Amino acid sequence: MSISVKEVSDISDQEARRSAPDYLDQLEAEAIYIMREVAGQFERPALLFSGGKDSITLVRLAQKAFAPGKIPFPLVHVDTGHNFIEAINYRDELAEKIGAKLVVRYVEDTIKAKGLKEQTGKNASRNWLQTFTLLDTIEEFEFDACIGGARRDEEKARAKERIFSFRDEFGQWDPKRQRPELWNLFNGRIHKGENVRVFPISNWTELDVWAYLKRENITLPSIYFAHERELILRDGKLLNNTPVIEPDEYDQIVKRQVRFRTVGDMTCTAAVESSAATLDEVIAEITVSRISERGETRIDDQQTEAAMEDRKKGGYF
Amino acid sequence: MTIYITFSHSLIQSFKINKVDLLRFITAGSVDDGKSTLIGRLLYDTKNILADQMEAIERASKSRNVGEIDLALLTDGLRSEREQGITIDVAYKYFQTPNRKFISIDAPGHIQYTRNMVTGASNADLAIILVDARHGVVEQTRRHSLIASMLGIPHVIVAINKMDLVGNSEDAFLEIAKSYQELASKLNIKDLTLIPVSALNGDNIVDRSVNMPWYTGETLLSVLENVNVLKDQNQEDGRFSVQYVIRPQTDELHDYRGYAGRVQSGTFKKGDLVKILPSETESKIAKIEFGGNEIEEASVLESVTILLEDDVDISRGDTIVSLSSSPIVSQDIEALICWMDDKKTLKAGNKYVLQHGTARSRCSIRDIEYQIDINSYEKLDEVDSLKLNDVARIILRTAQPIAYDPYQKNRANGAAILIDETSNVTVGACMIE
Repeated sequence: MSISVKEVSDISDQEARRSAPDYLDQLEAEAIYIMREVAGQFERPALLFSGGKDSITLVRLAQKAFAPGKIPFPLVHVDTGHNFIEAINYRDELAEKIGAKLVVRYVEDTIKAKGLKEQTGKNASRNWLQTFTLLDTIEEFEFDACIGGARRDEEKARAKERIFSFRDEFGQWDPKRQRPELWNLFNGRIHKGENVRVFPISNWTELDVWAYLKRENITLPSIYFAHERELILRDGKLLNNTPVIEPDEYDQIVKRQVRFRTVGDMTCTAAVESSAATLDEVIAEITVSRISERGETRIDDQQTEAAMEDRKKGGYF
Repeated sequence: MTIYITFSHSLIQSFKINKVDLLRFITAGSVDDGKSTLIGRLLYDTKNILADQMEAIERASKSRNVGEIDLALLTDGLRSEREQGITIDVAYKYFQTPNRKFISIDAPGHIQYTRNMVTGASNADLAIILVDARHGVVEQTRRHSLIASMLGIPHVIVAINKMDLVGNSEDAFLEIAKSYQELASKLNIKDLTLIPVSALNGDNIVDRSVNMPWYTGETLLSVLENVNVLKDQNQEDGRFSVQYVIRPQTDELHDYRGYAGRVQSGTFKKGDLVKILPSETESKIAKIEFGGNEIEEASVLESVTILLEDDVDISRGDTIVSLSSSPIVSQDIEALICWMDDKKTLKAGNKYVLQHGTARSRCSIRDIEYQIDINSYEKLDEVDSLKLNDVARIILRTAQPIAYDPYQKNRANGAAILIDETSNVTVGACMIE
C-alpha cells in the first residue's frame, strides 16, 4: 500500500505565491465589502470614531468604499471628557477635511442628566459610563448600525464576536445567542430599537493596522510617537499626568520619553517607554514587542479574566 | 497645539515586506483529540505567543492545577468555555510566519455544535482534521470530513495526533491512513495530506520529528505555508453582486453612477460585455474604479466600483456577470442545508428569507428530499422536519429568480443563508446544487 506524501511544493505553487494578492489588499477588500454591506443593509448607520488609530483606519476604508462620493454616514464620538487633547483635535480636523458629519456626545452630560454615580478612588474611570452615553446617542439618532474598530486579536471575548454583532434593544451582547455568520453573507435584519455593531477590521492584527496606516500614508495624532511627557507612575504603569487623575501617596510623578499604543480614556490608558518617533520605528518596535496591546496599556481589561466579556454584555462596544 | 507627523513617500517605498498572503484554516476534532493543544503548539513554536498571554495561561494553568502549561487555554475565550474546558463558539486566532499570515478558526467538535463547525468551515481554505492515533477513524472523524467536503474546503490535512502514545509506530500510522483514504473516497476532497504528529511534544507540527524518522513528508506548518489557495478560486466565471449604488450627485459628478461590490469569481476588465441579472439587460464596462481611481481590471475577491456605458436600471441585489458564462437563473432551487435553529424545526411549506450574495428573496420550502446521517452518510427518506444540526437535501422556491452557480463549482455564488422572517435569526446554511 502506498501513502502519498508531499515532499516539496511544486514549482507552479511557488510561482503562484509570487502572483498571490498581498494580505493587506485582502484585508482591505474584505473591510470595504463590510462597509458597503452596512450602507446597503441599514437605514441609519454611524461610524464610531475616537481619534485612535483603529477608527482612523476605518475612516480611510470608508472613504475608499464610497469614493468618489462622501462617506454616507456620520462619525460619532462618545467623549468621556478624559480624552487626550491631541486625539480630540485630530478628530475635529479630520471630520472637517473630509466633509463628514461629526456627532459628539459627552459622558459628562449623561452623568448630569441621569444623576449617574461616578467611580471614585484609585483607578476610577468613566469607561463603563460611556455605555450609557452610547446607548442614549443610538436612541437619539435611531442608529441601526454602529461601525467600530474592534479587532479579534485584542482580547479573548472579542475573538468570539461576530463581524455583524447583534445587540438587543438594551444594547446587550449575548455570546451564547449569536447569529451564525457564514461565508460573506452578513445578516443585518433587525427589529426597530435593536441595532448591530459592525467590526470591519475584526480580522486585522495590531501590526496589520500599523502596516496599513503606513502604506496609506496616513497622518496620526502625535501621541502615537515618542515624546517627552510628565507622567504618573502607578503600579508600574505610566499614566498621563492630568487633572482628571489624582495621584496618591504611592504614585510618583516622573518625566519619561513615551508613546501611547492606544489612545483611550486617559484614566485607563498607559504609555509605554519608547524612542520610536516614526511609523517605521513604531512598526519595528511592535514587531519585536512581546507584550500584547491591551495587556500593556489597558488597565480596564486586567481587573478580572472576563472584564471585556462582562462590559460587552452590558452594551459596550 | 496639535503636532502632526507626516510621512514622506520615500519612506513608504523603503518599507518592504515579503509578499505575504492570507490562509484561513479550521481545526476540527474534539477536546480530547488535543485540538486546542495543536493550535497552542503552532502559536508557540512559531513564536506567536506574547509574554503577557503566556503569563496569563501560566497563571490559569496553576490555578486549575493542570501541572504543565496548558497550551489549550490560549483559545478558550468565554467564561463558560473556560469553566467547562471546551470550545463552544467559533474562535479566531491570528499568527504569522515570514511567508504567510494565518487565521485559525477553532470550532467545537461535538455533534451538538455541528452548526458552529459548518459556520467556521464556510470561510476556510483548508481543514485540519484531528484523529487520535489510539482510536483511529471514529464517528466524529467521519462527521468532520463530511462537513469539510460538503462545505467545499479544497485542502484537508488529517493530523494523526498522539503518535507518542502508540510508540511512534509507522504501522499504526499506515493503518489509520488507509482507513481514512477509504473514507475520503466517498467524499469530495480535492487535496488530502496525512501527517503523523504529537501536538503535546511538537512532533511534525513546526519541527520535524526525531521520534518518527520513517516519516519523510512535510510538517504541518510546511503544508500550511505552501498550499496554493489562488488556484482554488473560480477564475473563469465573472460574477459581481451589487452591494450599493454610488451616486455623489454633486455638480462635477452629476451623472456618476457607480456599482459598488466585490468580485465573487472570475475577472472583469474595461470594455467587457456584461449582462445584468435577473433583468437580462446587456451592457459594457465603461470603467472600473478602486478608491476613486481608475484601474484596468478587477479580479476575484477585490472590492471595486463598476461603471457601465448604458444607463441601465441596477440596484442592490442585482448581479453583473460576464457575457461569456452565465449562471443559472431560476426560482426553483435544490440545495444541501444544515439547519441551525435550536427553537423551531424546518418543515415543507415553511417560509423564510433567502439571502444569496446581496439579494434577498422570500422563499418557501417545497420538500425535504432526504436527510443525511452525518456520521454514517446514509440517506434517510421520508423525513418530515429538520432540527438543529440536521443536514438534508431540500427543494425550495423563491419569490424572485436567483442567479446562482452550483456550490461545488463556485463557492461564492452557490452559497445562501435562510433567515427566519419573524426572529430575524440565521437559521440555515444552504449549498445550492
